[in-house]
Formats: sequence, C-alpha cells, structure tokens
Amino acid sequence: MTDVLRRVGMTLGLPIVLFAAWWFASAGSTDFFFPPLSRILDSLVEEWFGPRLAADVLPSLLRLTAGYLVAAVGSVALGVLIGTSRTVRGLLEPVLEFFRAIPPPVLVPIFMLIFGIGDGMKIIVIAFGCMWPILLNTVEGVRAVDSVLSDTARTYGITGAARLRRLVLPSASPQIFAGLRQGLSVAIILMVISELFAAENGLGFAVVQAQRSFAIAETWAGVLMLGLLGFLLALLFRVVENRQLAWYHGLRRAQRSS
Amino acid sequence: MLDVRGIKKVYEGKGRTVEAVRDLTFSVDQGELVCIVGPSGSGKTTLLKIMSGLLSPTEGEVLIEGKKVDGPPPGMAVVFQEYGRSLFPWMTVRENVELPLKQKKLPADRRRQLIDDSLAAVGLAEAHTAYPWQLSGGMQQRVAIARAVAYEPQVLLMDEPFAAVDAQTRADLEDLIRDLWHKFRVTTLFVTHDIDEAVYLGQRVLILSSSPTVVRQDLAIDLPDARDQLTTRSSPRFAELRAQVYSQIHRPKEESATAGASRPLAAGPSGGPA
Amino acid sequence: MEGKPARSTSALDRIPGGPGGTVDAGAAPDGPAPSARSGGRRIPQSVLGLLGLVGLVLLIEILPRIGVLPRRYFPPSSEIGSALLDQVGRAEFWQAVGDTLQGWALGLAIAAVAGVVLGILIGSSRLTLELTASTIEFLRPIPSVALIPIAVLLFGTDIESKLLLVVYASFWQVLIQVLYGVQDVDPVAHDTARAYGLGRWARVRYLTWPTALPYVMTGLRLAAAVALILAVTSELVIGNPGLGTLLATAQSSGAIAATYAIVVVTGILGVLVNVGFRAVERRALSWHASQRGDIPV
Repeated sequence: MTDVLRRVGMTLGLPIVLFAAWWFASAGSTDFFFPPLSRILDSLVEEWFGPRLAADVLPSLLRLTAGYLVAAVGSVALGVLIGTSRTVRGLLEPVLEFFRAIPPPVLVPIFMLIFGIGDGMKIIVIAFGCMWPILLNTVEGVRAVDSVLSDTARTYGITGAARLRRLVLPSASPQIFAGLRQGLSVAIILMVISELFAAENGLGFAVVQAQRSFAIAETWAGVLMLGLLGFLLALLFRVVENRQLAWYHGLRRAQRSS
Repeated sequence: MLDVRGIKKVYEGKGRTVEAVRDLTFSVDQGELVCIVGPSGSGKTTLLKIMSGLLSPTEGEVLIEGKKVDGPPPGMAVVFQEYGRSLFPWMTVRENVELPLKQKKLPADRRRQLIDDSLAAVGLAEAHTAYPWQLSGGMQQRVAIARAVAYEPQVLLMDEPFAAVDAQTRADLEDLIRDLWHKFRVTTLFVTHDIDEAVYLGQRVLILSSSPTVVRQDLAIDLPDARDQLTTRSSPRFAELRAQVYSQIHRPKEESATAGASRPLAAGPSGGPA
Repeated sequence: MEGKPARSTSALDRIPGGPGGTVDAGAAPDGPAPSARSGGRRIPQSVLGLLGLVGLVLLIEILPRIGVLPRRYFPPSSEIGSALLDQVGRAEFWQAVGDTLQGWALGLAIAAVAGVVLGILIGSSRLTLELTASTIEFLRPIPSVALIPIAVLLFGTDIESKLLLVVYASFWQVLIQVLYGVQDVDPVAHDTARAYGLGRWARVRYLTWPTALPYVMTGLRLAAAVALILAVTSELVIGNPGLGTLLATAQSSGAIAATYAIVVVTGILGVLVNVGFRAVERRALSWHASQRGDIPV
C-alpha cells in the first residue's frame, strides 16, 4: 500500500508542482504574452475541445493517419525488397541516406508546387517525409536476420511467403518499430508544417491563425493541444509496441540478467 | 540410406583459397546412430551444412535413399549448436515445434499429437506456453530436439548440440538422445568434438582428421546397447575405445598426409560397414 | 524525433557459450565463414553505392527530358547542377549556409550542455530519476514545431526563435541518452568506488562520465541531425535568415532549379552531419569497448 502511494506520489509530484507554479505565477498576469493559465485552460476547453475538435483537429489527424499508414506499409514492403538483396542494398543505400538527410520540411514548398495545396499534397508530404527512417530501419533489420535462424528455417522447408511472415518480419520487427517511432515524430512535425503554408483547416493552421491575430490565450492553448496530441500518439504507439514486441523485451531482459 | 561420396569443399576468398573438406566418403544405414568426431578446423560444420543441403560441395555428392541432395531435403531435421539462435524467440515453445509441421501441411489434430508426444519425450510437457528465452540453455536445446523429432525426419543431423551447455545438463541430454533414438529409431548423425561423447553415444564413430579433412577411421563401438553414464563410462572397453579415438585424432600431421592419400576407411581394427 | 543507439536494436544478440569440450575448447564453427558463396568476383559496396548515386543523377536527367516527369516541376539534374554552381558563386548563399550552421551549432551546443548536466544531476540518484520520469515522458514527445507560434510571438525572426526550436528538439535526444548511460554504470564498480571512499564528484568524474560517454555521443549524433532539421524548418516557417529562407525565396520567385539546388545542399549538409557524428561516435564506442575492463575503480 505504501509502495503504491509512493509510486503515485513520484509520478504525480513534479507535474503537480510545475502546474501549480505556472498557475500561481501567471494568476494575476497582465503581461500580454503570458496570460493567466486559467484563461489558457478555458480556451483549451471551449475552443479546442469544442468546435475546433471536429473542424481542425480531426482533419489534421486524418491526414496524419493517411500519410503515416501509406509510408509505413510502403516503406516496410520496399525495405524487405531492398534488404533481401545484397546488390540492391549496396546500390541504394547511399541514395537512401541522402534522402533521409534532407530535412523533410524543405520538401513542402516543392510539393506545393507539384501537387497544389489540397489534402493530397499534405498527405504526400507526410508520407514522403516519414518514410526514410522506416525504410532504412527495415532494410537494416531484414539484413540482420540471424544466420542460424535462417538456416533452421531453410532446413524445415520454411521458404517464400512463410519465411517472410514467420522469420523475416518478426525478426526485423524491433528495428521496424524503432523506425516507425522515429517516423511518427516526423509525421507529426510535417502534419503541422504542411498546414502552415496553405490550408483552410487543421491544427497547425488554426494555431498560426490564432497567433497572427494575437489571440494569445488561444495560441497557448493550441500549443498545449499539440503537445497533448504528441504525447497521446506516443503513448498509443508505446502500447502497440509493447504488445507486438513483448517477446523482444523479454528476451533482452533475459539476456541482461544472465 | 545416407551416402556421402567424395565430398570436397573449397572456399574461395580474396586471393586465397581454403580447402575445408578434401575428400569424404562414408555411408549411414537406416536407423543407425553415427557420431562424427574431429578437432576444430576439421570441417565438421561444413560437412554438416553440405549434408543438410545448406551448402553445395565443390566436388562429390550426398544421396539420401539414392536421391541427390541439392537444397535442404524434405525428410531431414537439423539441430544446431546455437540453441539460443535456432529457436524463434517470438514464438512459444509450442509454436516453435508446430511451425515446421504447419509447413508440412499436417492436419491440426495430427500436429497436436506430435507436439504433445515430442515435448513429453524430451521432458517438457509443462512448458508449452513458455517462450524459449524463459528457459535454461539445456531446456532450449530440448525444445530444438523436440521440434526435430516431431518433424518425423528420415535423417536427424546434430551439429555439436551440447557444446554450449554445462556438464550435468550435457550428460542428461546425451541420455535423452539415446532414449529418443531407441524410441523413434531415426537415422541420426551426431557431430561433436568431444571424444567421450562420441564413444558414449554412437554405434559407430567416424574420426575426421583436421585440414585436409578426410575420414581417418570408421570405428564400430561394440559397447552394450543399454548404456548409462556411470557403468558405461567406467567400463574398460569404453576406456580402450576412447584411447583409440584419441590416438587417431592426435596422430602426427605427416602421417596423416600419407594416410589421407590412401583413404583409410577400414584402417581400424573393426572397420564399419562403409 | 527519437532513436536508440544502433547497438541496442539488434534482435538476437548471441548468447554466450558455455564450457568447451575436450578436443578443443572453442565452440566456434570450424573452417572459414561459409558465407563466401559465390567466389571472389563480387562488386564492393562502395562501388555499388557510387553506381546508385550516378544512376539517380542520370534518372533525374533523363526522365524529365523524355517527358515521364513533367519538366515544369522536375528540372533535369544538369539544370539543378548549374543552378547549384550559380548559387555557390554568390555571397548570399554562403551567408545563408553560415546562418543555418550558426543556429545549428549554437542550439546543439546549448542542448548538449544542458542535456549532459541535467542528465547527470537527475541520474545521480534513484529519487530524482523517479521524480522526473513522468514529466520527461510527458514533455519529450511534444513536437517542437508546436512551439513555433510561441517562438514567433516572443522573438519574431531573431535568432532566439530558431534557437528555441533547435534546443527544445535536440535537448531531449541528449538527455534521454545520458539517462540511459548513467543507469548503465556497473553497480559493482559503483559499490567498489564507494567502498574506497570516492566522493560524489570523484564518482561522477571517474565512473559515471566514462560509462555514459558513448551514450552521450549517440545522443549528440541524434541531436545533431534533429537540430539541422529544426534550424532549416525554423528559417522556412518563421523566416529567420538562412538556407530555409533562401529556399522559400527561390520557390516563390519560380526558380525551380535553384529550389532543388538548395534542397540538395540541405541534404548534403545532413549527410555530412550524420557521417561526421557517426565517426565520432564510433571512435567513442571503440574506446569504450577496449577500455571497458579498465574502468578506474
């Protein structure tokens, strides 16, 4: 019991202190740029969890999901193809490294040019930007399939599609997930950035509108909303990863304690 | 049953070639338990990979029931030394055993029976739902053996399966192999570098020389069929056989070069059925 | 953005072997590696990679010319190349490169110092680690671009707004790795150090820091890549001077080839940063591995 209490205290202690500090420090604030936290929270509840949830947050999330899924599926498929062949890998690795090194947001102006400013452009920007970490990690994971495991599969006649499903993908999954995690952060960044240039809705668009019209409390609330979204998506990702990679975490623990 | 004819394997690296196996010929009869013993560098692993179709020989051929091996043959199971790397860590013990059976497209109830029987036979009836990495090394190797047995192979190859487990576990596993062999009568080839293990386990021991690799002697083990760690290992005949294998392995190099030229298949006092 | 050190992602680390046998002690497979399958006429990776890059350049040259890609949006690589040469001859291009690198380096330095100092402070006791865990887990995934409106409100297009984004994004990369590293200190070594009466500062200096160093390097590599992305992003979105603004100007004035040329430049900078920091990291790691037995205790 005391252990549970201690854990709760440890988890909530600092956040509560920080929140209280912000609350009281900003309570009577007349500083134009730092409105009281109470007003920010009002705006968060009224605006962001009110009409803007369907009007702005939802479209952003849909574009994010579409772009991210396209990138995830495409990159894993492509990564398996590239990773399986030594020659293809050698041929493409520097090219892929180069594409990964390009800061993804610089592609927004170019993609705007080519694909216009609609949802399609934003989805393509998100997909194109976040595919590189997923692709490169998949290639690496597929390359590193253990040789003994691979021989075992061969001797038991596990080849072709079965080999892919039972051996290659599970074996590469820790790295694929590492790539997917990096890709998710990039996708969120691009979701916001793609809405900053030209858009009629979306979280990024709405926050910048608020900032340009000097609706300060609403701007802060939008920033909080973005932060909350990033946090929740990371949490969701972790839940999925922990389920899918339970075997891997167990294996690592077993190796470390031996 | 299993015929190895004039196997030679040469690796070509950067400007240098290595002859891992020079000229190996032997055969194994249906239901035999044969041990292959040789020092490290004697190409044991290369030989095993060639027999299992994972590697193609530079010269010669391997036949199983008269059929030439190119690529892993369907009726063969291999147990590798590296148990930690030969079980799928993302599958439970049961799933590991079941996967090859699924691949063979066996019906579900047949699969269930084979899995239950084989896991019980290796003493892991309670461990179905565990993951391999939750088990000790010896238990992991038991899972790999159960998987091989459940596969109902014509030929079972084992590549130094106990080289990485502790001595007590090793003795238990050796007895397990004898038991399983009595029970299922699978033609078994057991590769090891441990002389005692080879003599204790085998009906026949093939002694390999280190590079260039040839069969130096094909020795029949005339120990009684019922063996146990204590009496068998302390019997005078065991000591004799052991000493014989030892002296063959540690025979000076020059001698081996000349002996190697004249394929010394029946050189021993009790040449096996070559 | 986040990542793990490369060495922690290998799926199946080898499990160490047990005691050896009687004929030979080694449990290694005999003979040379059986991976040499196809003989000696394999093309080296570096040549292949070069071929790949040349192929890419050729493809971008040919596809727009034969009309597979619309030439209006996809200038052939020769045009991008000459636009690049044209840029390289201009003073304002080098000014922009300098501005971007300045923001990158300053931001990275601040993030590195803050991350290392805070990481060691937090990591020095269980209590602080547990107290801060939830807060770090909450703040870390907040996308740095969320701060753009605040940065603009507070600093406009001054370098501070760029630094805010760069520092926020790269700080977490360093901090997380330092925390991993500090927790990696061998407990036996730690107890030994205490038993020999090493004080808190001496333990940090001789035990914690050497253990954490490779992690710090990994953190720096990840942070360096992220910092460059955020520096350019900030210029592009907020309008601080740098390559990002140069790109925006080129694009809005319809200079397509020049736009692509600047994208290529950012890519090259990115590759240089990655390669450079990876080399530093590798050196730190090899130092670590070879010194591991001699960690002063």
